[in-house]
Amino acid sequence: MKRNSLLRIFIAITLLVMPLLLAAMLSSKGLLSQLEARNVSPSWSHPFGTDWLGRDMLTRTMKGLALSIGVGTIASITSAIIAGCLGLMAATLGKTADRIITWLIDCFLSVPHLVLLLLIAFSIGGGIKGVIIAIAFTHWPSLARLLRAEILAMKSAQFVLVSKQLGKSSWWIATRHLLPHLLPQFIVGALLMFPHAILHEAALTFLGMGLSPHQPAIGIILSESMKFISAGMCWLALFPGLCLFFVVRSFDMLARSLYAFIDPNRLRH
Amino acid sequence: MHLLDIQQLSISFETYDYRLRKRTMPVIQKLSLSVHAGEILAIVGASGSGKSLLAHAILGLLPDNAVLSGRLSFEGQALTPERQQQLRGKQLALIPQSVQYLDPLMRVGKQVEQAVRIGDARLERQKAFERFRLPQEAAAKYPFQLSGGMARRVLVSIAAVSGAKLLIADEPTPGLDDQVAQETLRTFQQMAKIGSTILFITHDLIAAAQIADRIAVLHSGELMEIAPASSFTGNGDALMHPYTRALWQALPQNQFMDAKGWQQ
Amino acid sequence: MKLEAKRIGKLMPNKTWLFRSIELAIHSGEVVGLQGESGCGKSSLCRIIAGMDAAAEGEVLLNGQKPSKRGYQPVQLVFQHPEHAVNPRWRAGAILTEGWQPDDLLLDTLHIDRGWLKRWPSELSGGQLQRICIARALSPQTKFLLADEMTTMLDAITQAQIWKTVLGIAEQRQMGMLVVSHDRPLLNRICNRVIDFHKLTV
Repeated sequence: MKRNSLLRIFIAITLLVMPLLLAAMLSSKGLLSQLEARNVSPSWSHPFGTDWLGRDMLTRTMKGLALSIGVGTIASITSAIIAGCLGLMAATLGKTADRIITWLIDCFLSVPHLVLLLLIAFSIGGGIKGVIIAIAFTHWPSLARLLRAEILAMKSAQFVLVSKQLGKSSWWIATRHLLPHLLPQFIVGALLMFPHAILHEAALTFLGMGLSPHQPAIGIILSESMKFISAGMCWLALFPGLCLFFVVRSFDMLARSLYAFIDPNRLRH
Repeated sequence: MHLLDIQQLSISFETYDYRLRKRTMPVIQKLSLSVHAGEILAIVGASGSGKSLLAHAILGLLPDNAVLSGRLSFEGQALTPERQQQLRGKQLALIPQSVQYLDPLMRVGKQVEQAVRIGDARLERQKAFERFRLPQEAAAKYPFQLSGGMARRVLVSIAAVSGAKLLIADEPTPGLDDQVAQETLRTFQQMAKIGSTILFITHDLIAAAQIADRIAVLHSGELMEIAPASSFTGNGDALMHPYTRALWQALPQNQFMDAKGWQQ
Repeated sequence: MKLEAKRIGKLMPNKTWLFRSIELAIHSGEVVGLQGESGCGKSSLCRIIAGMDAAAEGEVLLNGQKPSKRGYQPVQLVFQHPEHAVNPRWRAGAILTEGWQPDDLLLDTLHIDRGWLKRWPSELSGGQLQRICIARALSPQTKFLLADEMTTMLDAITQAQIWKTVLGIAEQRQMGMLVVSHDRPLLNRICNRVIDFHKLTV
């Protein structure tokens, strides 16, 4: 069972690293317009075909994925840090802090996700900055709520009570009891945010709020290719779409396998 | 005729240690015993002696990483996984340890009626409630509205109306009030009187001695002795195995002896 | 030394009293039994006396004074389910030595096998874990030991053994004990006096 998880983790990491490697290896030449090679369907020289400006779709897709992964990563990490801080504060700083933060969490969670994203991205003015900030500020509530619940549950766990009774300080309890339990959950929760972040970046860009058309991110690629589907050039959307799908699934698989790997060995409740 | 026959049953678990090596942990070793139709057989042992596992093995509810060897037969025929699935809830019923096995979202009357296999569901439910002294109005209630004792009687009713030939009661008494525990034991006696066979799994030797016909004592996965309940009396001189005698004598009611060598 | 619970009351979340005006006193060297049915509040009372929980009313006094909240507590509590009272992510050795370093004599007296110390709690039986929890609570600084259904989940032989050992240690150190259990025969065996919980709340 564990070997299974380890294998899955390996596969997931490979699938995720591939676009990054390919993006680095493929020269930017493919991004340039080559008008003589317009609308070529998938072939040996252009595995993913070319678009209406003659740009190589493979290069565009891989570089686009790399960019999306990059943006998604920064946004997720920021979000995770916010979630960590607020979750911790809610669970440890007393009832008032808890009430305020819980209220904040509820507020954020009650607004439709995409609407909030658009609003934030719009008010910041779009672009990479807009996308990253929008995603960072909308993904922390669930993770924060999870962390808060876990910390609160552990605070009343019998072994924590015993620890205090044996004279241990709060700091000691936090680092030796709480942290080892929370860290795996936190990492996994943060990892699970990546697919969301990437998809949202794609969505925002698709809707025009995100990255500029000159930066080949997946959202742009998909958005522009919509116009050409009816003309029969389905490869423009199919390959980038499939790749996006695999990247998102890989993150998901990575997170789940990591959790399965870390946890069942220690916990046999 | 033996209703249930267990021959040389061994159960072990495959686990991975932290270096991902496969290890096999044996839990039950070469256990053989048979259950006569119509009797109450108690299986007594400490936690970790394998008694709950035995129940799960009979019902075919072992986890995936369990390795089984030996023979199980019910009514003379081998108990294969397919047969176990067929018979579960019909001929083989479990009275689980925790009242949380009840569906919290369904009224208890309906839960009992769903378990009825022969006869009119409502009628059988009414008869069961009467037999186990549950007020008929309780049928309309949800599990959380019942007291612990009543919820337990509902669990017993569910097992009873299924008309199962073999009922396995898994640790029904720990944590219960004396009064409720006594009631539970009485209901088992009632069920045995009307022909059911009961396998009563417990670590409470006194409860077992109260209602069982025979008592099988398990220690670290091995069967130490099966003795008639009447042997569990006085000094335990009628008991043959030193472990069984030590267990009996260790009770606070008896000598409260701390026999060396048998501790967990 | 004297451990007293004066006019202790505990409120339930729905604002009714679980119990009120409880008075209880344990002296060094005494073994006091507390019998009550499940759900009556005896575990809650134990926690309050140990200082793990706050009482809605009343106070707990050690030698006439409020015990300090800092440092190793002279009143230790052993719970019913050892698997909940230990961190499942810690090895048995770490659990055992969390509060103090038990000496070899104590470990031998409690029949704690050194080989267990490398294992995880999930690999140890209830009896083995409970012995470790008891050793963990028996530092020389412990003046009073509260045992909340300490051996209820254990078989009769292990139960008898553990009690013989713990009572021996308690007598040697003149440690006071409060034994909470629903098992009257057990309490009659080991306690100097037995109190009925529902008679406490008169």
